[in-house]
Amino acid sequence: MKNKFSVFVIIIFLSFCFVIFYKGLNNPNTYSPKIKDKKNIPIFEAKDFNSGSYLNSEKIFEEDIFYIVNIWASWCVPCRTEHPLLMKLNKNQSVKLIGLNYKDNLSNAKKFIDEFGNPYSQIIIDNDGTLSVEFGAYGVPETFIIDKNKKIIKKFLGPINKEIVEEIKLITK
Amino acid sequence: MKILKIFIILILSIGFSNLKSDEKNDELKNKILKNIRCLICQGQSVHDSESEFSSSIKLIVDRKINEKLKEEQIYEFLREKYGDWIIYEPKLNKNTYILWLLPLLLFLIGGAIIYKKNNIQK
Repeated sequence: MKNKFSVFVIIIFLSFCFVIFYKGLNNPNTYSPKIKDKKNIPIFEAKDFNSGSYLNSEKIFEEDIFYIVNIWASWCVPCRTEHPLLMKLNKNQSVKLIGLNYKDNLSNAKKFIDEFGNPYSQIIIDNDGTLSVEFGAYGVPETFIIDKNKKIIKKFLGPINKEIVEEIKLITK
Repeated sequence: MKILKIFIILILSIGFSNLKSDEKNDELKNKILKNIRCLICQGQSVHDSESEFSSSIKLIVDRKINEKLKEEQIYEFLREKYGDWIIYEPKLNKNTYILWLLPLLLFLIGGAIIYKKNNIQK
């Protein structure tokens, strides 16, 4: 009786281990932060890409519309692939695109914009990457949707694609 | 002369106390950075990593320490931005209570078994 009970306990234990490891191995081994709740946009002051003057977040997000914040850099290859889609998104009147130029060389960034076009209503500079951290970003490119209440409601890691553009259009309609 | 001596001692003591507080801040910074996971190179802590993300986090932690934020407040700031996973030491909550309580439970069960066996042998 005692022996049977021990075998039963061992089987239960091994099954438990099997389920844990099976589930663990099926999970992706890279972590991407998710937005659980709507977060307020950070309060910050940043340098304007064109004028070099300092702007605060209240001024940047002053209008009562949806904003798209796109983190980009001239050295980032995926940013080139998403750029034509950002140019299309720019035609959407209900949103304003804000570019956040991440750890970039200013002249290279200007060349990038001259070559591929400027989809952004405003570009701000993030020289040391700390502004991106305030937004909760950890790479480039990343795109955030900010609603009329100045809350981050969605974020997209990596370059945006046609499906994401449609999703953005649907959310910001 | 006496006034000069007092003045020199005062200057030196201010200098030493500044050095000491810098040392304390560095210790705290290293402790925090070792407890933050680099989200780009996920096997390393921010302290050991040289990625762009880690260098930005190092700057942020430095800034927060200078703003006199406490260790837990800095973790809370990072948790709010990136979730619990960014901190190596998980917080006790509904998702992690098994992780925290299981070793204690196993210890108690083990202790009970040993105690029972000893009693039987006696």
